[in-house]
Amino acid sequence: MTTAYSDDFRTVAELGGPGWLAERRRAAAASFTALGFPTRKNENWHYTSVAPISDRTFRMVRTPGGDASSLDLTPYQFNSPEWPRLVFLNGHFVAEQSTPADKLPEGVRVTTLGALLSEGADASNGLSDLIEQHLGRVADGEEHAFVALNTALATDGAVIVVGSEMVVDTPLHVVFVADGASSGQAIQTRTLFVAGRHSKATVIESFIGMGEADYFTNAVSEAVLDDGATFTNIKVQRESQSAFHICTTSVHQARDSHYLHFSCALGAALSRTNVYTILDGEGSGATLNGLYMLDGDQHCDHQTRIEHAKPNTFSRELYKGLLDGNSHGVFNGKVYVHPEAQKTDGKQENNNILLSPTAHIDTKPELEIYADDVRCTHGATVGQLDDTALFYMRSRGLSAAQARQLLTYAFAADVLETIELEAVRDSLEEQTLERFTRHEVGTA
Amino acid sequence: MLKIRGLRAGIEDKEILRGIDLTVNAGEVHAVMGPNGSGKSTLAQVLAGHPSFEVTGGSVTYDGKDLLELEPEERAHAGVFLAFQYPIEIPGVTNAYFLRTAYNEMRKVQGLEEVDPIEFLDVIEEKAKLVQMDPSMLNRSVNMGFSGGEKKRNEILQMAVLEPKLAILDETDSGLDIDALRVVADGVNALKAPDRATIVVTHYQRLLNYIVPDYVHVLVGGRIVKSGGKELALELEARGYDWLLAEAAA
Repeated sequence: MTTAYSDDFRTVAELGGPGWLAERRRAAAASFTALGFPTRKNENWHYTSVAPISDRTFRMVRTPGGDASSLDLTPYQFNSPEWPRLVFLNGHFVAEQSTPADKLPEGVRVTTLGALLSEGADASNGLSDLIEQHLGRVADGEEHAFVALNTALATDGAVIVVGSEMVVDTPLHVVFVADGASSGQAIQTRTLFVAGRHSKATVIESFIGMGEADYFTNAVSEAVLDDGATFTNIKVQRESQSAFHICTTSVHQARDSHYLHFSCALGAALSRTNVYTILDGEGSGATLNGLYMLDGDQHCDHQTRIEHAKPNTFSRELYKGLLDGNSHGVFNGKVYVHPEAQKTDGKQENNNILLSPTAHIDTKPELEIYADDVRCTHGATVGQLDDTALFYMRSRGLSAAQARQLLTYAFAADVLETIELEAVRDSLEEQTLERFTRHEVGTA
Repeated sequence: MLKIRGLRAGIEDKEILRGIDLTVNAGEVHAVMGPNGSGKSTLAQVLAGHPSFEVTGGSVTYDGKDLLELEPEERAHAGVFLAFQYPIEIPGVTNAYFLRTAYNEMRKVQGLEEVDPIEFLDVIEEKAKLVQMDPSMLNRSVNMGFSGGEKKRNEILQMAVLEPKLAILDETDSGLDIDALRVVADGVNALKAPDRATIVVTHYQRLLNYIVPDYVHVLVGGRIVKSGGKELALELEARGYDWLLAEAAA
């Protein structure tokens, strides 16, 4: 069987690179060819149709295109231009916009998939063995078509390794920018994080669309946390309003490690964020939080899966959604507890506010528990802004728009407060406020 | 200051106010009393502009303006304040932030500079003393986890900050013990001035020992059936409402 991407599979096969990588690519291409794009018959895609992606062919492009030298990233830096960053334009690493390797914080080593491919193992900052060990081994390409497609076609992306015992206070910013040149392109980047034993670090992944190009981002990030590692991963999705965004983050956690993920989804016409983690060591835990703010005809889907594979593991999850216009939100959170994962402590919650009568949310928290001594709770709510509270605030002199804005902001505030990095928190709070300032408000 | 003529209003096709006439002049305190379901709270909420109530007839003139034409926030800007019977909880918005936002909105309307959080601290601390509120409550979410008495004191605190010309207290006394009642009444009395007026809506005469009215009106079945001086409240306390209900039915 051939797919729209068969030619691309052949093109990438000719790129060379290490044999193990070529082999993983071949397997992934075969897997994607067999799976095809998911349809809504697939339980994991019940509420999201990817027809806008599968019905057309997005071009693979081997050069960045666009204008790398005049990129202005100022608005996307959380007022912290000093943070080291790795910049990818239309899916390709841009050295001139990125922090040089020798200016990175102590304890952090970095390379790119592109360097490994084009210049071989010697150019990979001594990380090629680690890449071989983990790349494609955490994210599941046998079941997930988009992961398979990415594994088969990704030719660039960041590899970030935090050394054992290293506590890195400065966050690293990985910036994926799509500019006007990206229309009709498939942008497939592959990221690998390795957090060493007892290390502590934060990486922000920003997906930014400049302009209104209708490209297709299919990103995969894999994270491997060694014993006692604490790794914070903040994802801010601000793709173009015409873009399609699929992003899968897969995590493997060893003993006593803590993975904190925050997904902030603002952009894209259609977006799907998957966050999957396996708590594969005693005492490990995951904190997965998120905020989506949708308007117009946006469709935004989050799927999380937390697998408690060992005893005494914990998970905390809070996702909040603000939906306006004709937008459609989806939240599907799965917590899976293996038979041996006794004393699992899991808490999951999804709260939504519909700001317009035509906005829509499908929320489906799921627990699957095969151990008998666990404490797991989950819940979901869907509501509107409280009319009585709006009147109360207006009776104190606040305009209807101000009252709505303040109530909306207050709704989002508690999940934003879970972001430890003040600069990121402040910047996202500001955007929440701004987003709802321009509300038209009826007299009621 | 306030002239209500033939006011009729209701909710979802159910008429509650059936022709209210009431005149309130600057400097006066009016008590509106009546049995449960007589329309007291509806009158208070209609004056503040609650969107759930529909005005079906009559007029309300406030300071020469058609009050019914104004949005709730415009009424607030014009100096109308309603102390809610059941103050609303707003999770995630601190009392201090809410008060400052409201205060600054008033200042904007008056053409004054907005105050920053530090400047506002001076304003609020003095007012908080007036209602004997612990300053730590300013940093809590509006009315969240407040006791009944604390919520009512918070209403009076808002009133003290916003300094309305026409204050309407909707059963501010209900559910208060005598100490809390005194604190609330002291707060209201401290704001009394010749250019301000107060409407006290209450079920009981008790509050009127502390906020002494110039006029007492009895509302039954959506109409004012009797008006008098403060002695009328005492008579109601002694005789109850039944005799008025009988008169109204007759």
